[in-house]
Amino acid sequence: MNQFHTVGKRIPKLDAMDKATGRSQYIQDLKVPGMLYGKILYSKYPHAKIVHIDTSKAKKLPGVRGVLTGYDIPEIKFGVYKDNRPLKAGKVRSYRDEVAAVAAVDPETAEEAISLIEVTYEALPGIFDPVAAMREDAPLVHEAHKTNILKMPWKLHYGDVEEAKKKAAYIVEENFSTTWVTHCCLGASGALAWFDYADNLTIYSNTQIPSLAQKDFIDALDAMGMKNRRVRVIKPLIGGGFGSKLDTYAYEYIAILLAHHTRKPVKIVFDRQEEFIATSTRQPTLTRIAQGCDKEGKLLFRDISMILDNGAYTSWGATTPSVMMMPITTLYKVPNVRYEAKCVYTNNTYAQAMRGYGNPQATFAIESSMDMLAEAAGIDRVAFREINANESGYVSPQNFKITSCGLKECINAVVRELDMDRPKEKGEGVGMASLIHVGGGARVYKSDGCGTIIKVDDFGKVNVFTGASDMGQGADTVIAQIVAEELGLAVDDIHVIHTDTDVCPWDVGAHASRTTFVAGNSALGAAKKIKAQVLEVASKILDTPEDKLVLRDRSVCSMEDDTRTMEFGKLLRKAHFSRSGRMLMAEHFYDPANENLGRDFRGNLSMTYTFGVHGVRVKVDEETGKVKILDYVAAHDVGKAINPMLLEGQVYGGVMMGIGYALTEQILSEKGQCMNPNFRDYKILTAKDVVPMKAPVLESSDPDGPFGAKGIGEPGCVPTAPAIANAIYDAVGVRIKNLPMTPERVLAAIREKRGIDLCGIQAGKDTGDACVVEE
Amino acid sequence: MERIVSFVLNGSEMQLRIQDHWTLLHLLREELGLLGTKEGCGSGECGACTVLVDGMAVNSCLYLAAEIEGKTVLTIEGLALPDGTLHPIQEAFVEQGGIQCGFCSPGMILSAKALLDENPAAGEEEIKEAIAGNICRCTGYVQIIESIQSVSSRAQEKVKVVAWQADEED
Repeated sequence: MNQFHTVGKRIPKLDAMDKATGRSQYIQDLKVPGMLYGKILYSKYPHAKIVHIDTSKAKKLPGVRGVLTGYDIPEIKFGVYKDNRPLKAGKVRSYRDEVAAVAAVDPETAEEAISLIEVTYEALPGIFDPVAAMREDAPLVHEAHKTNILKMPWKLHYGDVEEAKKKAAYIVEENFSTTWVTHCCLGASGALAWFDYADNLTIYSNTQIPSLAQKDFIDALDAMGMKNRRVRVIKPLIGGGFGSKLDTYAYEYIAILLAHHTRKPVKIVFDRQEEFIATSTRQPTLTRIAQGCDKEGKLLFRDISMILDNGAYTSWGATTPSVMMMPITTLYKVPNVRYEAKCVYTNNTYAQAMRGYGNPQATFAIESSMDMLAEAAGIDRVAFREINANESGYVSPQNFKITSCGLKECINAVVRELDMDRPKEKGEGVGMASLIHVGGGARVYKSDGCGTIIKVDDFGKVNVFTGASDMGQGADTVIAQIVAEELGLAVDDIHVIHTDTDVCPWDVGAHASRTTFVAGNSALGAAKKIKAQVLEVASKILDTPEDKLVLRDRSVCSMEDDTRTMEFGKLLRKAHFSRSGRMLMAEHFYDPANENLGRDFRGNLSMTYTFGVHGVRVKVDEETGKVKILDYVAAHDVGKAINPMLLEGQVYGGVMMGIGYALTEQILSEKGQCMNPNFRDYKILTAKDVVPMKAPVLESSDPDGPFGAKGIGEPGCVPTAPAIANAIYDAVGVRIKNLPMTPERVLAAIREKRGIDLCGIQAGKDTGDACVVEE
Repeated sequence: MERIVSFVLNGSEMQLRIQDHWTLLHLLREELGLLGTKEGCGSGECGACTVLVDGMAVNSCLYLAAEIEGKTVLTIEGLALPDGTLHPIQEAFVEQGGIQCGFCSPGMILSAKALLDENPAAGEEEIKEAIAGNICRCTGYVQIIESIQSVSSRAQEKVKVVAWQADEED
């Protein structure tokens, strides 16, 4: 067993001191000389023609430096489907559509100017239900697209599902739905853009994808007629990401357009209401799932169809089926799988990536259905999962190659830690659900790589320039631990720079729980090269063979002769300040050997997969429908915990986000309008909602991970909802199929089971009172 | 309308000309450049802008600057000692993983301070109650509660609150 000196230690986040003392600067805190404040005017209708926009009054307001509408700007298209424009012209397709924008000397003037812009609309019939939007006579959201159904290829069929259905001894089939929830980052979205004399762009932006954003902004400059300009993306500290910053957005382009128009730096920062209304949500889903098994409980098939409400424009939400495929084809061993998803334009808000990227939605259906099938087959739920659990060496129908796999160990940990078999009181129930997630990158683009440059100074300090993006999860700290481990240094000796496309190498972005694995391996590769250089110069200076030298305690030491030791900084200075001196620098680009999905969606998407099992004990109040969580256990196979404290933070945070998803959170959308754009009405959990939680960590030591580590950023919120749904069923015998599982929904299901209608009247006991139920 | 207010900010006496409609948050951030106090919602729902006024945790986004006349204000910038020694609550947040993105941290730490100044041995439920108005999306609160508990559980050891304003009360 290796003895590590920094890896595996509970080391505080490198930036925690600054954050604890109020020194940290977010986009909200940034100001540059001459800076103007940008503000956006949004649509008043979910679907309407823009007949006329009068900006004359706004332009005349003292302090206003620029006003732009969709008619003043070049054709910049953005988003996954390139169906979105920074400012809309012709028509609006949702309430969050950007119609005009102003730049002014202060926020108050900008706000007032916005209120002076007069827009004449001609309302069009809206479409808010994705099923209705698929009908041929439905109003078209994008006329040029000719249909509301996106031409996206989400369809796979491995094995023969129809044949398997004939052979199955037990089959269950059910519908599930999930709705809009949003990231609720405490630090709202924002960007600050300016141009230099030669029209090179610098933009500070809250982004999880500096390198891809740079490309998007270069394309925007191209569209603005500025070819071959430099774009520098600087990422300030981010007040939470969770997938919300995985695309480029209208507000970023508007900041760029206003900065170019006014020749001044322009900053746009969202207020809380804007953050709710104008940022993208988790992808809502309608799911039909059928599963079948043989008499022994072996899964024979899984058959899933989905309809996704795409909203008015297309961001990453529409591509979540690519990740949903992972649990659908590979969570448990299922030989025959069929899946189809249709994304449908509506006049609702559009969805984005959000922690889990479709996995929570798919796993809600799969793991709810697993309990239903176990019951139908008369097999214990835990045993049923063990029968079908993945193992090391398993290759799924989608060609996902399972290397390290602690799924069975996680099941055991949950049974043990939750004490699942202990007697239950009335209204009490236990439930479990498993997860699989990419843990070794995810080859979504042609490259899944990350670069690292390491520069060592004369004093034994190390600068690590990484492509990775920290947004609070602790990527910088984990990278510092990895480099410090390799070089025998302390974490304090390492300065990780992860903020600036001008100095940091390329990275595909902070998504897919990939940073520890991919950026970690990249940093490790660069550190190994530095180590080789250190050994080379130390060998000469200490007159000792390289293989007899070791780096530890900020020194290079001979294993055999204690007198041949030199402090790291001194060694570096000796190497530097001499004839033919040298400075130690190295770069390493790591691109995992994972595969893009092929036309049939087969391909080993990730180098390794993270597994986990969540178990929960609930108490359901049968009179109110309220679900109380008594105990929660979230067991994960993480390969190796580089920093157990930060890892637990990811799990706890993920679970609490998952519990909110399961029980309380939803964007209430009324004909496309968000009715609860504030923390009072959008029920994010508070400290009072914290549940007793254990997070056992299983270390299967992944062969390809840095020091054996796998990704863990997203898994915490993946199986939470089905674990709770299964516990509710265990407690009161009702299956809740729609999220969130509010007291109203649970109570309605309990009453329905008892044969009591919504007015509290039991079937067959007609009291003669009229029952009027308002929808 | 303008007025002049006198108050104590992070141990220093201040006299400032302010606008009547300014919030304390505006005064701190925009006029005094104390950017450690964050604005998360602007309507008193998230607690990111929490500061202490006469020892009480308040949402500075709802608190009129004119109201601080004669009062004592503590922001996150004034919590550690001038020599950089962290307040035990700050230290606990750093050491126990109470901080991720950090946007809620200044307000969260000050809410915890208000609690522990009044109830140094606060238990888990009291801690949850005290920070219920401070929203955090990253941590799930678990390590935040553990951070505060690690200080309150040492109350009987009389861990001295090291910041300046506690010395005044001795």
